[in-house]
Amino acid sequence: MRHDHITSAKQLSREDILTVLDRASEIAADPESVSKKYQGSLLGLLFFEPSTRTKMSFSAAMKRLGGDIVDMGPVDHSSVKKGESLADTARVVEGYADALVMRHPSEGSAQMASEFVDVPLINAGDGAGQHPTQTLLDLYTIRENAGLDDLTIGIMGDLKYGRTVHSLAHALTNFETRQHFISPETLKLPRSVRYDLHDGGTEIKTHTNIEGILPELDVLYVTRIQEERFPDKSEYREVAGQYQIDAELLAQASDDLTVMHPLPRVDEIATDVDKTEHATYFEQAHNGVPVRMALLDLLLGETNE
Amino acid sequence: MSEQELRVSKIENGTVIDHIAGGQALNVLAILDIDGSRGEVVSVGINVPSDRLGRKDVVKVEDRELSQSEVDVLSLIAPAATINIIRDYEVTEKHRVERPGAVTGVLNCANPNCITNENEPVASSFAVLDDGVRCIYCDTIIRDNIAQHIGGT
Repeated sequence: MRHDHITSAKQLSREDILTVLDRASEIAADPESVSKKYQGSLLGLLFFEPSTRTKMSFSAAMKRLGGDIVDMGPVDHSSVKKGESLADTARVVEGYADALVMRHPSEGSAQMASEFVDVPLINAGDGAGQHPTQTLLDLYTIRENAGLDDLTIGIMGDLKYGRTVHSLAHALTNFETRQHFISPETLKLPRSVRYDLHDGGTEIKTHTNIEGILPELDVLYVTRIQEERFPDKSEYREVAGQYQIDAELLAQASDDLTVMHPLPRVDEIATDVDKTEHATYFEQAHNGVPVRMALLDLLLGETNE
Repeated sequence: MSEQELRVSKIENGTVIDHIAGGQALNVLAILDIDGSRGEVVSVGINVPSDRLGRKDVVKVEDRELSQSEVDVLSLIAPAATINIIRDYEVTEKHRVERPGAVTGVLNCANPNCITNENEPVASSFAVLDDGVRCIYCDTIIRDNIAQHIGGT
């Protein structure tokens, strides 16, 4: 893989993706083989927005590679509070670490920050833009459970503001997939993502409810309707809660249906689904560690060569 | 002497931007960052009768020769524009605007949450599509009323 920075799933080719997933499988099978590989290496964490899974799994990944982390900490306690630009923060912190992981509330922030640093920068979410490492662990989970080619996937919920959706839809254009998008009209995919999917020749269909398409799906990827992404709170209240699944609804699905969710969930997947064979979202979250270990290994290994 | 030349006189040296879609002349000046503050003499004709366009705008900038790369950005709002370089009252070069691959520092991103709209040391930059422009930072596509986004950061 030849990338200095990972800012968008759009930059990942099929070969890139398979390289990361294969490496993740190797690491998952034999984590001891890399447990001391990056002793003395440091990963810088710049999270300008709250994060649980992404931040903890990157920390766990780096530590399981033998390295360590340096964490900017909450924005309230950093120089950002004093008005420092993102560009300056990134330039300062690159001197403290061998690679950076950044989450920021503005779209395009990772791309911009990457232009100011020489160490690899990984986008861990830029506003409603992209979240490419979530996509890599999503693809890993899909490959383990359903296979990546000849796949029929339904992506449901907040398609407009959901960065995991944008990245996943882009990445899936590298595979033979039929993508179904299920959302209210107000939360449909942004124009730029639809543009790229059409450009990539991907077969996509849009729906306003799940019932009709559910029996055809191999994978159902559910996302949270995110209140914080709505400039207009009345719009949020109008659509929240409309796109929920439970065990009763899933009785109409294929026995092999894989249900995924980037988490955190609120009430879009009822807890009675957790006990079914369909539930794959906790496994998906756990896959964040080997996949991020693989990505860090490929990026840091390249830097060290 | 034609009707157009009666309205806006010939210039000795400089650039004439002709065949601008009617009503876009002031946007052309904005996009080229020409506001007279450097003392240049600028003549503007708005809604001048035209055989080809019905109504057109014309801009004449004296003592300044605009380069192809400077004027190509006009293709976004004035795709039929022609550029005439004038030396000693004669047209010495005449060419059309061509769509550039990218435009930088000219347009503001339409997405208020784009990093280029924050106080960061970065210029806006757009890839030019067949039917619009696309922010290279946040991917937002602008198709309509591109002139409204002139300003650049």
